[in-house]
Amino acid sequence: MRHYIYFAGLVIVALLLSFSAHAVAVDDNPLPDQAQEAKARAIMGDIRCLVCQNQSIEDSNAPLAKDLRDIVRAQIAAGSSPDEVKAYLVERYGDWVLLKPPLNIRTLALWLFPPLLLLGALLFILARARRTPVNQGPTPLSDAEQKRLDMLLAQNAANSHGTHSGKEGTDS
Amino acid sequence: MIPEIGHFALILALCFAFLAASLPLIGAARGDTRLIGLAPPLALGQFFFVSLAFASLTYAYVTSDFSVANVASNSHSLKPMLYKITGVWGNHEGSLVLWVMTLTLFGALVALFGRSLPSAFLARTLSIQAMIAIGFLLFLLLTSNPFERLVPAPFEGNGLNPLLQDPGLAFHPPLLYLGYVGLSVAFSFAIAALIEGRIGPRWARWVRPWVLVAWIFLGAGIALGSWWAYYELGWGGWWFWDPVENASFMPWLCATALLHSAIVVEKRDALKRWTILLAILCFSLSLLGTFLVRSGILTSVHAFAVDAERGVFILIFLFIAIGGSLALYAWRASSLEPGGMFSTVSREGALVLNNLLLSVATAIVLMGTLYPLLLDALTGAKVSVGPPFFELSFIPLSVLLLIALGVGPLLAWKRGNLGRAAKLLPPAVLLAILGAGGAWLIWGAGPVMAFIGFAIAFWLIAAILVDIAQKTKLGRAPLSTLFQRAGGLPRSIWGMWAAHLGMAVLVLGVTASETWTEEKLVILTPGETVEVGDFQFGFKAVDPVAGPNYTAIRGQFSVSRNGRHVADLWPEQRTYSSPHMETTEAAIYPLFMGDLYVVVGDPDGIGGWSARLYYKPLISFIWAGVLLMVLGGALSLSDRRLRVGAPHPKARPVPNVAVHQPAE
Repeated sequence: MRHYIYFAGLVIVALLLSFSAHAVAVDDNPLPDQAQEAKARAIMGDIRCLVCQNQSIEDSNAPLAKDLRDIVRAQIAAGSSPDEVKAYLVERYGDWVLLKPPLNIRTLALWLFPPLLLLGALLFILARARRTPVNQGPTPLSDAEQKRLDMLLAQNAANSHGTHSGKEGTDS
Repeated sequence: MIPEIGHFALILALCFAFLAASLPLIGAARGDTRLIGLAPPLALGQFFFVSLAFASLTYAYVTSDFSVANVASNSHSLKPMLYKITGVWGNHEGSLVLWVMTLTLFGALVALFGRSLPSAFLARTLSIQAMIAIGFLLFLLLTSNPFERLVPAPFEGNGLNPLLQDPGLAFHPPLLYLGYVGLSVAFSFAIAALIEGRIGPRWARWVRPWVLVAWIFLGAGIALGSWWAYYELGWGGWWFWDPVENASFMPWLCATALLHSAIVVEKRDALKRWTILLAILCFSLSLLGTFLVRSGILTSVHAFAVDAERGVFILIFLFIAIGGSLALYAWRASSLEPGGMFSTVSREGALVLNNLLLSVATAIVLMGTLYPLLLDALTGAKVSVGPPFFELSFIPLSVLLLIALGVGPLLAWKRGNLGRAAKLLPPAVLLAILGAGGAWLIWGAGPVMAFIGFAIAFWLIAAILVDIAQKTKLGRAPLSTLFQRAGGLPRSIWGMWAAHLGMAVLVLGVTASETWTEEKLVILTPGETVEVGDFQFGFKAVDPVAGPNYTAIRGQFSVSRNGRHVADLWPEQRTYSSPHMETTEAAIYPLFMGDLYVVVGDPDGIGGWSARLYYKPLISFIWAGVLLMVLGGALSLSDRRLRVGAPHPKARPVPNVAVHQPAE
């Protein structure tokens, strides 16, 4: 019976919504029991405000969000567990109401994506690093290159006396 | 008359863009210097005509010319002048004009500052830039003409969404666009390099300042948007993982990766193909972000344009731009020579790890944002992917990233030594433990992750200090020359330290405010006092007030701590008349250790008022952290090495080549 009353309330609220989408209502009545209130708040953070734009009911001004908050509080006060409250809401609004999508066959790809991607990327990089030989050092200079290097170094040494100070670090 | 000039200017800009997209490209392929030389003036021409169109539209807004449909549906004669002007981009058509203007501005800047670039390369870059402009100009002219007239003209306009009538949000889009569009330059450089089949340290040096500029503006724009949400929406939240927020966050993450991989290209001539790919992906994400916002495919706070026909146009445009560039990449990337090699433990290795983690993060945000759409399209099932998903997958990534961030800069290029770095780090570990302990002392118990967050932030701060001490030879050289040595370091290094420090500060802010925020929901009668945190919030009264285009009720709170007065707060609840809408104006008083935050709500009918009172520890650190990152970017940008258009552009490339040749 109580559910019907809630439902009727929701319908009325939804009708009102079309008139004031952004009405601000800071008129919540927190539960007197602090532990219960904390439990209720934790649930609210995970429930989508159905008429808003990607906000949880914990931080939405929409009247429907307030109504859902009241439902959550009432159920927690009546002794329901968080899972039962969520199940209740999912039964009415579908998985869409949960901001944290449940793990099932539809969301498997979503939940597996982050760990598998990270793992795959790490393995890829490590495999590449192992394939590329790096510790053999650079190829030795050819005779011509060595000569040119000696010449440049000599030139540089001749130039840098007195004029090169203060330039260090500009290309570090 | 003026709006017609604007319309005509857009068409002329399109003509210029067609010329700029074809002639210089042909010239570059044939080596025809006359055609190549056309690129810069054509870029300047595009910018001139789009600016003219933008100015015309602004004129129509300033003079409240309601015969222009766009003005009539988005402005109002009683609106304050600031919001008449910012209202120009507070709507779909106008924001697109701003987008294109920013795009052509960057083209013009490349033309002006790029005179030191090889002229064929510059011509190709500007041609690509013009191709993007063609897409957007066609979109404007075909589907979203901002200069459409109304006959007969209405006497009054509809007004601008009051939520958008706010300085924070007024300047949020331009900053964001500078970021989004700035990445187009990196994209054009990348495509030009692919066409030429050549990329090296010089390319990285050319592209870096543009990526930096884009990254700075993206960061600033995102921060401004989140700050707006914090004080305007009235719930104390600052990030909702809203699809539109994600749309700007993805390019930022990607640009952060690009910024770092470009360093490897510049210093070591390695990671070249990857960097090109990143440049393409960054701008693709920008385009995707624009698409997500404009097409109305997502319902979210920002979706002021809901029109599927436009969505189809952008979808085709996206397909051509992203698909085309990736196809070009697949075809040409193999022609780029592989570059310098490095060991896994090295600065390059650390930067590869940075890129890996940032790319994975970007991919996760993309997946989470698009998954509901994909699932809906494929199976018709509706799910929501909200903050819990993103937080769960982001926190482990951030932990890895931040730990590596401490060590990375201490490693040498090419072949680093973990042992040497490890020797430097005991003080960092000590400070990390102290930081976590300090948080415990100040705020008491909390979830384990909160203390891990503090430890990591302090770890990073300490690692930066160790690095500074190392590079300034603190303790190994006379103290008297310390400042000289510190000043002698390149600004880009100071920029790096500032940006990394910003990251640590950001982590502190996020962790503390998410964990230890205190909140009270109360009904108050004047004269009552409530305790939140260590503060006593005294409720004095509620008064009616009137603004230029709204009326409001204003609460009066006096906050004190241990009998000493701290601040007076005046939260408002405003009712705007056109369009009719109520908004909350939270009253916020920032203290160093946290913000006092008050929202006033409805009366209970028997003399009481509902109110929400918060104490949010360290929340300012979030924006301070981003500000540090932005400053770091600006500092790095001001580095002499990167200054394009230096006095003797002809003389510069030679020493660069000489310096980098041995590394190959």
